[in-house]
Amino acid sequence: MQEQFYAITDYAVSILQGDEVINLSFEGEESDFVRFNHSRIRQPGSVFSIDLGIDLIRGQRHAEGHLALAGVREEDRERVRAAIEELRGRLDHLPEDPHLLYATEVHSTERFGECDLPDREVVLGEILRGGQEKDLVGIFAQGPIYRGFANNLGQKNWFATRSFHLDWSFYLRADKAVKTSYAGSRWDAEILRKKMDEAAQQLELLKVEPKTIKPGKVRAYLSPSAVCEILGTVAWMGFGLKDHKSKISSLIKMTAGDATLHPSFNLAENTAEGIAPNFDSKGFIKDDKVTIIENGKFKDYLVSPRSAKEYGVPTNGARSFEYPESCDLAAGDLASDTVLEKLGTGAYINNLWYLNYSDRPACRLTGMTRFATFWVEDGRISAPLNVMRFDESFYRMFGANLIGLTREREVLLDNNTYGGRQAGSARLPGALIDDFPFTL
Amino acid sequence: MFEGLEERFRRVLPKADFCSLRAVDERNEIVQVRQNVLQPIQLFQDCGAMITVMDRGGYGYAATSDLSMEGLQRATERALSWAHLAAGQCVFDYTKVAMPHPRGKYESPAKTAWESIPMTAKIDIVKRECERLKTDDLIADFTAVLWYARSESFYLTNEGGSVHQVIRRIYPNLSVTASEGTTSRTRTLGAGALCRQGGFEVLQDVGFMEEGPQLAREALELLSAPNCPEGKMDLLLDPSQLYLQIHESIGHPLELDRILGDERNYAGTSFVQPEYFGSFRYGSDLLNITYDPTIPEEFASFGFDDDGLEAEKLYLIEKGVLKRAMGGLISQTRAGIPGVANARADGWRRPPIDRMANLNLEPGESSLDEMIRSVEKGIYMRSNTSWSIDDSRNKFQFGCEWGRLIENGKLTQVVHSPNYRGISETFWNNLVMVGNRSEFGVLGTPNCGKGEPNQVMRVGHATPPALFRDVDVFGGD
Repeated sequence: MQEQFYAITDYAVSILQGDEVINLSFEGEESDFVRFNHSRIRQPGSVFSIDLGIDLIRGQRHAEGHLALAGVREEDRERVRAAIEELRGRLDHLPEDPHLLYATEVHSTERFGECDLPDREVVLGEILRGGQEKDLVGIFAQGPIYRGFANNLGQKNWFATRSFHLDWSFYLRADKAVKTSYAGSRWDAEILRKKMDEAAQQLELLKVEPKTIKPGKVRAYLSPSAVCEILGTVAWMGFGLKDHKSKISSLIKMTAGDATLHPSFNLAENTAEGIAPNFDSKGFIKDDKVTIIENGKFKDYLVSPRSAKEYGVPTNGARSFEYPESCDLAAGDLASDTVLEKLGTGAYINNLWYLNYSDRPACRLTGMTRFATFWVEDGRISAPLNVMRFDESFYRMFGANLIGLTREREVLLDNNTYGGRQAGSARLPGALIDDFPFTL
Repeated sequence: MFEGLEERFRRVLPKADFCSLRAVDERNEIVQVRQNVLQPIQLFQDCGAMITVMDRGGYGYAATSDLSMEGLQRATERALSWAHLAAGQCVFDYTKVAMPHPRGKYESPAKTAWESIPMTAKIDIVKRECERLKTDDLIADFTAVLWYARSESFYLTNEGGSVHQVIRRIYPNLSVTASEGTTSRTRTLGAGALCRQGGFEVLQDVGFMEEGPQLAREALELLSAPNCPEGKMDLLLDPSQLYLQIHESIGHPLELDRILGDERNYAGTSFVQPEYFGSFRYGSDLLNITYDPTIPEEFASFGFDDDGLEAEKLYLIEKGVLKRAMGGLISQTRAGIPGVANARADGWRRPPIDRMANLNLEPGESSLDEMIRSVEKGIYMRSNTSWSIDDSRNKFQFGCEWGRLIENGKLTQVVHSPNYRGISETFWNNLVMVGNRSEFGVLGTPNCGKGEPNQVMRVGHATPPALFRDVDVFGGD
């Protein structure tokens, strides 16, 4: 795939005219997907997909396009030629773009992931055997994904990884389930068996009669997965420079100094220790680390090249939507094996679901508990908890009401497949929070 | 792109119970002006095909952007191998479903084709509407956007099925934010839900070239408006909010694949049980919900779904009683429950699953004035800005951009951050008045997420305003 990208780059560069500049970005995947329900196969299939992004530039004028490539030399040349001609035809009619910024210094990079992907027949057999006499539902995805950037200045960046991701739940009944996942680049049947055994043990805890509690404030433990849901929502219109400057940021009070978080809250976009590509579609290399929140105070924004030009600051390589891809929340000092004891009586929340802002300028969020959430009494799990809605300010949750973050963190791989498989990740601790308000 | 495709498909057909090819050629253009600066015009061209095979009771698919004979041959072999690998291990014996072999075509209406307007003219229109949003120094952010998508699809089956469909969609939006200190309030054109099928005439139909200054006035008004009060009261919902209430608390729970459990690991399950169909009282007598592909300008009208089932208008809920599910032919056969033509995929890379298409609340008999006059203590909410619901589709919470109190039959104070919450069944049984046909709004959303692997779907919702009793209402911080 790398050779194909570089070959199509050479062709695109060869048909440039005059002082035209071209930036090319590449996204490809060769994926197998198998959906499961009731421990049987629902939909299995494969997807072969290549998307080429083109930014054709003349001076400060430019036109952007994306097209699907076939992976066939002559066909792809024809598609690229037609696309460039169409974009070129637009350039004369477009005004200069005052916020255009692209890399003019050459920084070529290559990164290849390890691979030992399993035979699909073997994997299916092991998953289905693990699901026997249980109600397994979920998806298995595997195969290579590719990202690339190239321009006519000679810069070439390539990222390839081959990985698998099994994301599944064991269901007991109705909405009572244990959700977990197994992901990596080297399949190990023994690890899968162990994970399934652990999930089966947790499923036993759900067999107790579920408890329904009245709305009100409780002490709550949020697992790393639940913390990920909250940070994923706040990152949406929270961390980017453009949203801040446009006054639509959810952290507008924090950036103004009117709100702070607990001093132990330290959040970064940690590209160096994440697994996402370290280059963007304009040829910039991402900063190894951008500290977003330090000691509970807002520090640095994610800045795309476009925002950098608009607001006159350096870019740190954030993509256009200024959303983190390697989110890293620093560990605290709460030992995970003491969480139940410290929780005492309250809610142990493994998963949150469907979060949204209920008051964006105040960074207040609402959402639901989901999957295995338990009621804990005197440091012991007493019963599964029926789903509850919360509605609370981010500042209270991770500010005055934060009791502690766990010492141990989990690496959570992005299992999002909208438009294609993703390469992001997050490394997060769990959080113990006081006065967590359930509202429905 | 589809030249010679049918012949190539016929030549690579495998020996199998069923085989289909679904090719999609889609072109998207986005023209956006933000704070009076034209953003890079986005042009997306996407073309590829999915081969689906059912054989020996198994099912398999393979998607490819290589539409050559060799590419289709490889995809067909891959799909066939998946079907054989899955045979005997599937959640359903696929030999039990009689897949249709339809012949037909469908095309969106377009009085003024998008392609007939020069790009410079489109830019000028969007720039002008963006400029009109900046009415005051307190307007901090303002954006106008036009998103056009033309999707051409070709569905072929191994027994002569051949369906050609061309769908043209336009998604216009305006967004304006007023800000002072650390407070900001945003108004949008119909909550960004005034998306339609058609041509350039849609802009006029949805007020794209009229509403800007009014939206800016409302954003400014919200800056100094009081917070929404808390309490139980009557709730009058404009179509710009009610469309999403229908979507989340009727549409999703009626999706048959959720009821069958397919979505439990991701999008969720449903409080609706298979035995509910035919007898469950979902709402009051005024609740009439249809699957309706016959409104040409609605966002998800089509002639056939992506498994080849012909679309027709059907009642899902009639006089409050649940009749029919949102399930395509495969789900209908699996569940033994009547459904509709809604097996849909968001493109050639993904297989069809049960999705909403056009899901509408049929008009009632009340005017908006009559509904307002009937309220002693209540609130009128417009333009969704926040949505959240549990995975069984029971406990919901919504927030709107704009609210106005109703006191003793009259609209009074404008309030900011209006929110409400409830439980689906209770809420719909508290439906007491439904707007008449003159109040009927045709809306939709381009961003409904669901499925493993994930898919984002365009769906339509047409509805009049409606009035609900005894709803928990509250404001912001």
